[in-house]
Amino acid sequence: MTESDPRQELDRFELREADPYHFELDRREFLGAGLLLTLFVAPEAAAQGSGIEARLHLGEDGTVTVLSGKIEEGQGARAEIAMAAAEELGVTLAEVRVVLGDTGRVPNDGITAGSRTTPSTIPAVRRACAAARSILTQSGHKSYAEMAKSGAKIAGSTPENVALKPVPEWRILGKSQPRPDSEGLVTGEHKFPSDIRRPGMLYGAVLRPPSYGAKLESLDLAPARKMAGVVAVRDGEFAGCAAPTSFEARQAVEAMGGGARWSSSKSATSSENLYEYLKRHQGRVRDNLKGEPAAAAGKRLKAEYRCAYIQHAPMEPRAAVAEWEDGRLTVWTGTSNPFSVRDALARAFSLNPALVRVFVPDFGGGFGGKHTGEAAIEAARLAKEAGKPVSLRWTRAEEFAWAYFRPAALIEVEAALEGGRITGWDFANFNSGAAALESPYRLAHTRHRYVECESPLRPGSYRALASTANNFAREAFMDELAAEAGQDPLEFRLAHLENERIRAVLEAAAERFGWRKRVAEKRPGRGVGLACGTEKNSVVAACAEVEIDAKTGAVRLVEIVQAYECGKILNPGNLRQQVEGCILMGLGAALRERIEFAGGQVTNGSFARYRVPRFADVPKIELVLLDRPDLEPIGAGETPILVVAPAMANAYFHATGQRARTLPLAAETAQVRRG
Amino acid sequence: MPVYRFTVNGRPHSVDAPASRPLLEVLREDLDLTGTKYGCGEGQCRACTVLIDGRPSASCVTPVRNAAGRNVTTIEGLAGAGGLTPVQRAFLEQQAFQCGYCTPGMVLGAAALLERTPSPSEEQIREGLNGHICRCTGYPRIVEAVQLAARLSKEAKSDD
Ligand code: FES
Ligand code: FES
Repeated sequence: MTESDPRQELDRFELREADPYHFELDRREFLGAGLLLTLFVAPEAAAQGSGIEARLHLGEDGTVTVLSGKIEEGQGARAEIAMAAAEELGVTLAEVRVVLGDTGRVPNDGITAGSRTTPSTIPAVRRACAAARSILTQSGHKSYAEMAKSGAKIAGSTPENVALKPVPEWRILGKSQPRPDSEGLVTGEHKFPSDIRRPGMLYGAVLRPPSYGAKLESLDLAPARKMAGVVAVRDGEFAGCAAPTSFEARQAVEAMGGGARWSSSKSATSSENLYEYLKRHQGRVRDNLKGEPAAAAGKRLKAEYRCAYIQHAPMEPRAAVAEWEDGRLTVWTGTSNPFSVRDALARAFSLNPALVRVFVPDFGGGFGGKHTGEAAIEAARLAKEAGKPVSLRWTRAEEFAWAYFRPAALIEVEAALEGGRITGWDFANFNSGAAALESPYRLAHTRHRYVECESPLRPGSYRALASTANNFAREAFMDELAAEAGQDPLEFRLAHLENERIRAVLEAAAERFGWRKRVAEKRPGRGVGLACGTEKNSVVAACAEVEIDAKTGAVRLVEIVQAYECGKILNPGNLRQQVEGCILMGLGAALRERIEFAGGQVTNGSFARYRVPRFADVPKIELVLLDRPDLEPIGAGETPILVVAPAMANAYFHATGQRARTLPLAAETAQVRRG
Repeated sequence: MPVYRFTVNGRPHSVDAPASRPLLEVLREDLDLTGTKYGCGEGQCRACTVLIDGRPSASCVTPVRNAAGRNVTTIEGLAGAGGLTPVQRAFLEQQAFQCGYCTPGMVLGAAALLERTPSPSEEQIREGLNGHICRCTGYPRIVEAVQLAARLSKEAKSDD
């Protein structure tokens, strides 16, 4: 045997089970001529077939392609992955291509959610690329292209304990880098899922029930089928049409929908009686009791906070194109979860998942709202009926009614206060979730509960999950306690805070804002407030100034200074965008966003009635981004949203002397005015 | 069905369509110009902005009949032989997008704004673009990009 005999390679892998990498050499040509490396980056888990897998393709043309199951929805994953790869491979950004979210080619990285790309995918990509680099060095080839051309004879030993580039040696990571291929975004050439076109493609439309829970009792498809070029289908509760244009598809659905009979299902629950409903429909309780908060000495205070149902409302509504060919199904759609959508399609059509391929083109926003594949399944059902590819794009009204919502929250909190310190703490979240439920403050006797409730609207994840509601209630209540104790809200928090990282952002925000001076000033119609918080291991604090309109009582955010720390910063430009995005999205939820519903229908499902932030709402924003090269990088697309609402509510109190305990504040302040 | 004739990005087209069919859908589905986006269909978000005879218009609420005899410019037709326009270059330079779905509409809205007001103040930019929604929301960057675009346009003009 010669040294480069592939059989010898095989033996080597079998002998060295403890090796952290497992290579599968494959010269599949789908990425052009070259060498495909599959590396398992968590050896223990890989043994059970669940390791983090990284795939790299070394092209003979000199490009290196990273294949990842992550997706790009505007959060910056594509740039971050390209940067990590280029850094460790020792090539330029221009030489790296990133293929995302194609279940036919990429490893299953799970869902893109929970800010996991930065702490989990990025290290995997870096390790895989560092391994490739070390293979290159040992191979004696001058470039990856040359190594790929050499016929994939990887000789020598595989790298053990491959070293990642230390921060001081970074050339690409740690500096602002643009999103790869962003030119297509300004020329209109980039194809979002709703822009995909296939030969012979039809456009779809779906018949929706008149209210939640209504069941289709009878439907005559004939009025739709009479129309030229229209395909109509009913399959159980699903009914829809496909036609040469979406205009005709909508007309066809209207034509058949007029005669449809529905079982009526008129729910009496509405956004008006929502919180009473939640209280009356409790389920399982998660209860974490430490010490005896009920017996804590001191003065007891109690408050109740409420957060409305809100919606992500990404600019691109759900969309999918589905195509069947020889029993195989291919779908292009916008989802954070390509493999779970693939599996959902396989279940829906009783297919082997290997016969389903899901492509996720970089899509138009999600914010936690596109974890599912409704449009994909609907498009696939229409395409099956039509025998042609079908594009289904949800309308904005459908998105408002049939996507899922950030669950409403009812939060009850009670504390005991003695000698200016909290002696007992009892916090209960009803309905919205347990994220950031536990207090980051140093507290002796605590009880934290999450009470599941029957949700009248379809609940789902949303940027930072329930931590927005929990942090809003906690930070607003901390302010109430500080006032009761006669202390400055900043000092009161610091006195209860041990976490050095939270202290650091809190002090940084206060310092930049000029908190100590500004909180002492009293200006008519103006107030300042602050808040801090932590979730998913990053920490954030903000100081805000609001202005209250003397006539209408309307609240406006005038200025916000936000300090944020998420470990070592990978892409400062993108981080800034994510933090600003969180602030402005948080502003919408704090101020105006609220899903109104009654009789099983959303009653404000349009941008005219559900008001999202606009240019005119943008306050003066100042960011203090603390870089911690000594800490691992942490995902930053969610946590910065945590502090906007409580800082504003606290500023509202500072301005008016009234507590605002309900989000959105606009609803609260209107009530305060009414009476 | 009636036939409507109009120019899109300098090329004449005739389209056979019901009078009330939105121009947005004709552009995207009949003319394969998918750069123009649907965001709401109600004239509220301006993702669907096109220029009709130079004026920014919401193509989702513009029936195709209203385009008859007009010159329509979509994002695909904005850059001419000279390459990307100053607004496009500025958006790229500032990376004034996250998901980028609002970008084509923003770019056209900004181009029209700079046509009317070549040196807008920050206030004028916000006012001028207030009809556009960026849910991501990149408003601060977009304002910076429009300011940069104003400078780039001036340089381009003085080079002529
Ligand atoms: S899609 Fe036309 S304004 Fe929103
Ligand atoms: S960049 Fe996503 S909507 Fe503007």
